[in-house]
This record gives sequence, structure tokens and C-alpha cells, in this order.
Amino acid sequence: MLCCICKEREATVHLTQIADNKMQKVDLCEECAKNKGVNDPTGFSLADLLLGLGASQEIEQASGGADTRCPRCGFTQADFKKAGRLGCPECYKTFAEGLETLLKSMHKGTRHVGKVPDSLRQTRDLSDRLKMLQKKLAKAIEEENFEEAALLRDEIKQMNARLSNIAAT
Amino acid sequence: MDIHDFLISPAETARRKGPHDRIVMSSRVRLARNLKDAPFPGWAKKPDRLKVLDTIRPAVESLPEMKDAFSASMDSLSSLDKQILVERHLISREHAAKTSGSGLILNREETICVMVNEEDHLRMQALRPGLQLRQAWTAIDSLDSQLEKKLDYAFSPELGYLTACPTNIGTGIRVSAMLHLPGLVLAEQINPIIQSVNKLGLAVRGLYGEGTEALGNVFQVSNQMTLGESESAIVERLEKVLAQIIEHEENARATLLEKKPKMVYNHIGRAYGILANAHSISSKETMNLLSLMRLGVDLELFPGIDRSLVDELFILTQPAHLQKQHAEKLSAEERDLLRADMVRGRLKNVSRPVVRPPAAGGSTGLDKPDK
Ligand SMILES: [Zn+2]
Ligand SMILES: [Zn+2]
Repeated sequence: MLCCICKEREATVHLTQIADNKMQKVDLCEECAKNKGVNDPTGFSLADLLLGLGASQEIEQASGGADTRCPRCGFTQADFKKAGRLGCPECYKTFAEGLETLLKSMHKGTRHVGKVPDSLRQTRDLSDRLKMLQKKLAKAIEEENFEEAALLRDEIKQMNARLSNIAAT
Repeated sequence: MDIHDFLISPAETARRKGPHDRIVMSSRVRLARNLKDAPFPGWAKKPDRLKVLDTIRPAVESLPEMKDAFSASMDSLSSLDKQILVERHLISREHAAKTSGSGLILNREETICVMVNEEDHLRMQALRPGLQLRQAWTAIDSLDSQLEKKLDYAFSPELGYLTACPTNIGTGIRVSAMLHLPGLVLAEQINPIIQSVNKLGLAVRGLYGEGTEALGNVFQVSNQMTLGESESAIVERLEKVLAQIIEHEENARATLLEKKPKMVYNHIGRAYGILANAHSISSKETMNLLSLMRLGVDLELFPGIDRSLVDELFILTQPAHLQKQHAEKLSAEERDLLRADMVRGRLKNVSRPVVRPPAAGGSTGLDKPDK
């Protein structure tokens, strides 16, 4: 894990603190820890460190300045700096680029691994199969195998119907 | 319905058993979820919050697990009621500060507790006595799978479940266990343990008290990262780390008894002496001394006494629980007097701790100096 300040050296100082009943964490290299006067983990505000040093500036730069507003909820990066929370789910798109770096410093990865809502998983599985069938169909047409092409077309039609069914519910 | 007619008595709560409950007091898995088309609670205006509550509450109430549940809007609970729920570890301090537009749904067995419009639209948690992380995860996973059919979750294929705070994004999961670690504290091994657990990306904090202070030697260990690791991998990782902490705690206790029996007996004997005889005692001191008594019970120094006696006092001696038993508003000083009266009463029939004969080879019974 890299130091979240210099992002160069390996982090060896791992701090946690409770702010507003929330657990927060930073990882620093020895040098940055010393520079920040982090000897006593309780004596500094980690939220300030985390948000003041990286996140909000990055969000500002990436999203074209402090004036960027979430089109859905009106949230700005200044609000994020103040609250440490986002305004609505759409904010993750609005501030996506800046958040990427922040997420990298907080989490194991930047891509979700784990549970997916059932409806989405079904859709995903179906569209994967659909793509496969369409490839087969193209091949069948190319090989002038019209009998199989007809069968594949039927199957694709059914698959599309199921997909739009899921989307409708 | 009055929350107090609903809540399971502290006596019954304290008697619940689970694997490794000598050391692991309880297990908890929490999921954070939000609705797609609504601002997060901290940014939402009141009408938005009310709308979210009106959408989520009936959906949760309709689940078979939540049959006969206690369901309330937070403005219908008094601040004392909310404080009691905090002391029972059923809701967060943050949620206790909420009023209209936020809600709580707690199932009959007190194994599932759903907070609506805390920091996220939905914070659902499964609780189990002892070390039962997997069981807690299965329970909350199933609840969540039923709810996703009724509610439109904010989910992104790349970032997973979207949460108000970026620290919870992805799985939105917080897997945690509440540990009683008096052995590691007495043996002064707790700090290196906390540091190495921290290095594994897990958080350790005192459950009671502020900052690094851990009243009653009770610690909570939980995952911090939620993005990039699956729920089951997180549960598994925590299980492994907890197994090691349990082993370290058991070793610390055994070593202390072998090498420094006098120190152990002294701590436990003094704790008993004060608890059984004090006429005024603060919540903080009570908790620290009860922890030592709990250790004494584990070490069989209080024959015939069940751990639940101590665990019940852990609950009953906290400020809101104490206040609840008295009609008039108590000052802190009055609470200290009444707390001492209650503890003395409860320990009336508990004899002072026995001393176990020194193990073979331990000739003098004197503590060995540190090497
Ligand atoms: Zn650094
Ligand atoms: Zn937004």
C-alpha cells in the first residue's frame, strides 16, 4: 500500500480515528508521518488530512473546478470538502475522475467485487449469451447454413423478449 | 408500542450463548444501501427523507423475518429510549440524533435491526451472540436479496452499491466482532496486536469511550475497505484474524496465571472488593471493574457464578438504563449512588474470588520478575 500523501513510498504508519462515530484511516510513509507531526494518532484530524490533502483538490481539478455541480442534486465539491459525504448516487458520475484517486487510497481496489442485485445479474448473463448467439448467427450466415441461422434467430428473439421483460419489471 | 415493552430484558440478552463467547461477545454484519433516485440523507431535504422513509419502511416490514417487528419513526422515540437502544448496540449514536424522516425496524428476536435514513437510506444489520460472522452475513444477505426486489437500489457495475461516504462503497459491508480482551491488556500486549491487525486493513477501536481509550477492555474489530473484495472474502479474512486474536488472548490469560498469578488475583480481588462494597461509582469505573470480574468468572475464580451476571450488569449500569429505572431525572452524582446500590445488591450472594493452588513447579506462588 502506497503512502496517501506522497504516493511514492510504501506506507508503514497506519492510522485510524473516530470522527462523528465513523472509523477513518490513513496510511503514511515514515517520512510523511513525521512531516505531518503524526506521532500521536489522536492529536490530528484525519478527515482534514484526507480531505484537505487529496480528495477535494483532485475532484476540483478533474471535474473542471470548484463550480462543478451535480446535475441531479446540486452538490458541489466544496460541499464534499465540508461534509466528507456525497449528495446523491449520481454524484459518483459527476465527480468520477477525482473520486477514482480517493477510492484507490481508501480501498483494496477500484472495481466492485461481490454481490450484484439479482435483476442486474440476470441481465448481464442474458446479454452475454445474446452476444454469443449473435456471433454464431453471423457465422451461420457466412457459411450459408440457413437452417441453423433461422433457429438462432428464433433464440435471439426469445432472449431479447426476456431482456425487455426484465427491464420492464 | 412502547419500545420497553418490546425489548428483550437485559437478563435474557446476557444469557444468550454463542461460539467463543468467553472472548467474542457478539458478531455483526451491516450492509449500506441507497435508493437510486433520491439524494443521500445528509443532503436530502426533509420531504425527500420522508418520502424515502415511506418507501423503505413498508418494504422492510413486509418481510417474513420482520414479522411482529418494532417499527418506528425516530421522532416517536424519546431521547432516553434512543440512548437505551445505543447502549444495547442496536442503533448508532448518529442514528440516535435523528428525528422525523428517519426510522428504525427491529425484529422480535433482536437479531436484525434496520436503520432508515441514518447516513445512508438503509443500514441493515444482523447480530449474533459469540463468533458467528458467517451466520450473520447469511442472514443479512438474504434480507437484502428480498429487499432488492422491492426497492430500486443505487448500484453501479463498476463501483457496486453507491453510498453517501466513499469509504463504504462497493459491497457496503461492515463485518465486525466485539471482543473482550482483558488478558492482552493486562499483559500489555494489546498495542502490538492492534497495530498488526491495522496493518491487515482492519480497524480496531474501543467500543466504549473516546479515541484510543477502551473502557471495559472491549474492542471492536472490523473491515475498513469495502471496494475490491467480495463479502465472503471479507468475512473469511476477519474470521482468520479473529481466530488469531482469540488464541493470543487465551495465551495471554494462561501465561499471566502461570507467571504473574498475584497480579491477576490482585486485580480481580480488588475489582470484586470495590464493586461489592462501593456506595458511589461512575459508569467508567464500573465497566473497567466488571471487565476484571468477567475475567475472574472465565478463570473460574467465582465458582457457581455465570458470566451472564456480569454481562447483565454491563448493560444495566449504563447511564440510560439506570435512568430508565427511576421516574425522576437523575444527576450524574445520583446515578453513581444508584449504580453502586444496584451492583452491591447484585453481588450480595457472590463470594469473594477463590485462589487456585499454584501449578506444579510454581513453588513460592510469587510473581516471576519480567525477563
Ligand atoms: Zn509519504
Ligand atoms: Zn448528486
